[in-house]
Amino acid sequence: MKALSQKRRHPLAAIALLLMGLLLTGGLYAVATTVNEAKASTTSFSANDTEEGGKLFAANCATCHGMGASGTKDGPSLVGVGAAAVDFQVGTGRMPMQMNGPQAYKKPAQFNDEQTHQLSAYVASLGPGPSIPEEGLLDAQGNAAEGGELFRVNCAMCHNAAAAGGALTRGKFAPALADVSEKHIYEAMVTGPQNMPVFNDANVTPEGKRDIITFLKQIEANGSPGGADLGALGPVSEGLFVWIAGLGVIIAFTIWLTSRTS
Amino acid sequence: MSATSTANAPAFVAKTKGGRITDFVDQRVGGSGILREFGRKVFPDHWSFMFGEVALYSFVILLLSGTFLTFFFDPSMAETHYDGSYTPLKNVEMSVAYSSSLDISFDVRGGLFMRQVHHWAALLFVASVSVHMLRVFFTGAFRKPRELNWVVGGVLLILSMAAGFTGYSLPDDLLSGNGLRIIDGVIKSIPVIGTYISFFLFGGEFPGTVIISRLYMLHILLVPALILLMIVIHLFMVVVHKHTQYPGPGRNDGNVVGYPLGPVYAAKAGGFFFIVFGVVALMAAFFTINPIWNYGPYDPSPVSAGTQPDWYIGWVDGALRLMPGVIGDFHFEYVIFGQVLTLNVLLPALVPAGLVFTALFMYPWIERWITKDDREHHVLDRPRNAPTRTAIGMAGFTFYCVMWAAASSDLIATHFHVALNDVTYWLRALFFIGPVIAFIVTKRVALALQRKDREIALHGRETGRIVRLPHGEFIEVHAPLDDYKRYKLVGFESPVPLPAVPNEHGVVTRKEKRRAALSRFFFEDRVAPASPAELEAAHGHHGQHEVESAEAQKTLSH
Repeated sequence: MKALSQKRRHPLAAIALLLMGLLLTGGLYAVATTVNEAKASTTSFSANDTEEGGKLFAANCATCHGMGASGTKDGPSLVGVGAAAVDFQVGTGRMPMQMNGPQAYKKPAQFNDEQTHQLSAYVASLGPGPSIPEEGLLDAQGNAAEGGELFRVNCAMCHNAAAAGGALTRGKFAPALADVSEKHIYEAMVTGPQNMPVFNDANVTPEGKRDIITFLKQIEANGSPGGADLGALGPVSEGLFVWIAGLGVIIAFTIWLTSRTS
Repeated sequence: MSATSTANAPAFVAKTKGGRITDFVDQRVGGSGILREFGRKVFPDHWSFMFGEVALYSFVILLLSGTFLTFFFDPSMAETHYDGSYTPLKNVEMSVAYSSSLDISFDVRGGLFMRQVHHWAALLFVASVSVHMLRVFFTGAFRKPRELNWVVGGVLLILSMAAGFTGYSLPDDLLSGNGLRIIDGVIKSIPVIGTYISFFLFGGEFPGTVIISRLYMLHILLVPALILLMIVIHLFMVVVHKHTQYPGPGRNDGNVVGYPLGPVYAAKAGGFFFIVFGVVALMAAFFTINPIWNYGPYDPSPVSAGTQPDWYIGWVDGALRLMPGVIGDFHFEYVIFGQVLTLNVLLPALVPAGLVFTALFMYPWIERWITKDDREHHVLDRPRNAPTRTAIGMAGFTFYCVMWAAASSDLIATHFHVALNDVTYWLRALFFIGPVIAFIVTKRVALALQRKDREIALHGRETGRIVRLPHGEFIEVHAPLDDYKRYKLVGFESPVPLPAVPNEHGVVTRKEKRRAALSRFFFEDRVAPASPAELEAAHGHHGQHEVESAEAQKTLSH
């Protein structure tokens, strides 16, 4: 103790203290941030996958995302986006992008499952990021009612309460969620593709995400108990229908009823 | 005494039992007199005259299906946990009102069908009222003596919107709750008294615990009673004024040409009721309306994308959507003496609707003042024969439709793959220039149609037969119209501009000058109907005789 108190006026003491402080806050921050981050499970990827993925990436993606996925002015860096992001973007056909625009459109996937897997492996190897979710979270066997509440609070303002989709600003939009696979829904939540915010595990727990998927799959399977759903677009399609079909049929009848005279 | 009472006894005794019962009733209620009066009422036949009927029948359907719904609906905002058969909402906390609406949909036999009948009939009710009003406007049926009935009709339109809105909010689902929140915002934007009205209406801060039961009372008691009262007044005036008719041979302002109510119209109208009911029932059976289970219980925090009101409130919602928050550096929110004045809510919510309804109620008097026309009109105008009125109507209609489209701006954006911002910018521009374009285009189209009518009346219909005359000239043969068709093309009134005239003091007032200017604006480029003299003159020279004489010569030369 005496040695320490004697050296406290040493010229390097301030620097040492600063260094210790920085190390402490930095270390705590690193611990805190990795708590929220899905672990990069490179375990399921073989070295061969990563290597093949690297080749595919260089041939198909590097034009915009840069060699080593370090990003260019045309596309962001993919270091740390994780396997889930690649699986979502490539698996739904959004990447490679059809054209530049406010938002990438869904289209038939350009890579098969194996190639998608290899690309995911390559991008996951570049830095830790959200991994492809486990099967247990995608079984749609959670609590639909809880999922419905989470969906209305977190998702409905863009995707519509019946998951029919909605408009965002300047040509961007939230797509309809019918026919989206469980895996892709989960990956979208953890990676926040396009204009979607990230719902990490602290925002919505994995169990909550499973409930949301359960809710979406259940309303999709339920169909529309009241008959044709007219696109589940609410009062606009209902109004259009009553004006065109409802009044149209009635006008046809009025013409028929008054056709026998004069 | 006994002798006189015997003398007063009815001499007629019906032969059959049924006849005696009928006679008994008739002597007490005077039914045969009523039947004689009403049964002989003549109604002209035209499909466009039946929208009022559609509205009336929709209202009857609404009363019937609504009564069914009241058996099962509980307008309480008490909290409960859903325990019905729709699993995606199992155990979710919600109001009793929403829970009972779900029960009607899933656990009451026929409940969902009746809910859908009620809602489709409501949409059809307001739609048919609107189309009926458009028909009345564009044919000039609002002119003397029907101005007051036009006002009653306008009140009915407002009441039907009120009925629709109060009913729309009852299930207490997320969608209708969002709508109610907008109404609350609009009320609160009224200077000074806004917050007080809102607290009074909602029994405290929004949403409170009483609004659903209050809206329910308005929806099932006050509004339908007022609608019924207005319908009675409306129909009474129709009987008093008699029905209007389209122009035609033998029809004038002193008669009504058509079929009597009994038996022809009674049968047609009775059958038509079932047709309307059938159409509504088919729509309810095969097409979902207001799937409240999709929206979830109301909670002030979430707002769903694609939230719209039912179509008849859409135009007001659209005006709110079109209003910019700021224009450049100019903003619309002021704090005056500690009171916040939010013009960007107040203006769009009240001004366009105020304009439309003021114009609608005032129009019969405006036109009456301009034309100085104090005669009774029972023969309708064809819309083309009143070009300026038709153009004004179309301008108003376009104004309405731009706001209406704005209410679905987000769906236009997603479904036509355009940017929401661009849709809004275009609609903002159309809000101002759309009515002007509509006015000009409609007026020109109407005048062109009148010229075409005049041309046909004078020269007949083009047959497409080209004939070469002996001297080499080619002409197209025009077939003359029969007298009935020609009458329709020439038998209309075409007012001329009325110049300003001095009043009794010999002064041309400024108001009179304004009236004269408007009269010029209305009628200066009119197309006059073909006069008998013109018809006579036109008959001689359109080649008909030359063709006939040429053909006669051909036959001779054989």
